[in-house]
Amino acid sequence: MNVQSVIKTFLLTELLTGLSVTARTLFRKKVTINYPEERTPQSPRFRGLHALRRYANGEERCIACKLCEAVCPALAITIESDVADDGTRRTTRYDIDLFKCIYCGFCEEACPVDAIVETRIHEYHMENRGENIMTKDKLLAVGERYASLIDADKAADARYR
Amino acid sequence: MADLLAHWDSLPTYLQSTFWILVVTVVLILSVAFTTLWERKVIGWMQLRKGPNRVGSLFGLVPGIFQPFADVIKLLLKEVVIPSASNKWLFRIAPAITLVPAFAAWAVMPLDPALVIADIDAGLLYVLSLTSVGVYGVILAGWATNSKYAFLGAMRSAAQVVAYEIAMGFALVGVVMAAGTLNLGDIIRAQEGGVSNWFFLWLFPLFVVYLIAGVAETNRAPFDVAEGESEIVAGFHVEYSGIAFALFFLAEYANMILISALTAVFFLGGWLSPFEGLLGADSALGAPGFHWLFLKLFFFLTCFMWYRATFPRYRYDQIMRLGWKILIPVTLVWIAVEGLLVYFQVGPWSR
Repeated sequence: MNVQSVIKTFLLTELLTGLSVTARTLFRKKVTINYPEERTPQSPRFRGLHALRRYANGEERCIACKLCEAVCPALAITIESDVADDGTRRTTRYDIDLFKCIYCGFCEEACPVDAIVETRIHEYHMENRGENIMTKDKLLAVGERYASLIDADKAADARYR
Repeated sequence: MADLLAHWDSLPTYLQSTFWILVVTVVLILSVAFTTLWERKVIGWMQLRKGPNRVGSLFGLVPGIFQPFADVIKLLLKEVVIPSASNKWLFRIAPAITLVPAFAAWAVMPLDPALVIADIDAGLLYVLSLTSVGVYGVILAGWATNSKYAFLGAMRSAAQVVAYEIAMGFALVGVVMAAGTLNLGDIIRAQEGGVSNWFFLWLFPLFVVYLIAGVAETNRAPFDVAEGESEIVAGFHVEYSGIAFALFFLAEYANMILISALTAVFFLGGWLSPFEGLLGADSALGAPGFHWLFLKLFFFLTCFMWYRATFPRYRYDQIMRLGWKILIPVTLVWIAVEGLLVYFQVGPWSR
């Protein structure tokens, strides 16, 4: 320990520097967002609650290719398929376990027909056991209810895809 | 109004004292409540946040003003869990032991030139002994809980208080030497005559030592190893819940207010005005009064929060080193210097 550092220690220079930092911060503009009233901007690519889409004529997009099931790193997707009455290949079961899902968006990337998408909806909750499983009906219902929102987001992101 | 004042003067002293004790206690409890809010606000601001702003607002001006009341109601409604292996009597009494001295010490605090509840000549000794008693509550809480974390916290707190009590006591020896009295009111009166006569200038090293030791006394950051969340969970109050837990916090904040007030009294002239030397004691700004004590107290109280927002926690051995090997020698040296100054009649105590 040399003389200089002893003097520095006894004058508390380091401590006073630290105090001045916090004192200056005290008067800086605050970054808090008052959440329910104020919100941060959201990207059209936001990955929230899942939805299954339909074509404009009402036909299901999903062709049960199971690419999403294969790519899903969390094994959250379970698909069973069969031949439908009109001879097309359709899913009979399409379950996403929201507790397993890590919202990586790979299913959306993998889908050749843009059937499964992740919407910008992020405020949802479960009240009972089992509600974390998004069945095919629930996914299609989300897709129908927010069709315009999903279409707008897809259109906004189209030129980058 | 004049009738009322005359009636007040005709009341016996014990009734007047009781009235002031009630006023001081209620005001103190309310100040503690708002100190917790002020701390969360200040630390929030220092971390670029807004702090609590959800519970109520005063005409839209102070968002979050009722946060302390929400906290207290929540804690009151919670169960006080008493561990089966604990010493139940001590476990229950410990929060009160920490709390009572923090309030009782205000009996000798000169709040105003004309107002001090008990104007006793050994006021400083009374304050010193009471602030030392407070730590017994912490030690008893840690021991009675019968948990190793609580016990470790209690031991740390005991060792820390022993170390810093000495430095604090020596710093006050300097004040007593300068003032020539143990009466807190007279200590303030010894600093009359403007800022240059306040003790913090002539006793600057002792002032700094007292500030540091005061933070250590109240177990506040950066000396809060007694709580030490990262190592011993919550220290002495791990097993406390509900209102028993709240009492510890009440005591901690009451102690902060007390130490701030004492710092103001010992080193910054208590209720004396900083403009006394410039404008004279008769002018509006130069007149002494409770508001000056309040402003000084508030400044030191905010400093406690400022430290907490700034400094990381000391390691245990660093605390011991600072207390025994730095603060105590510094006070001893300055007491010797002060002795020479007094002997050669240099400084404000030369009269």
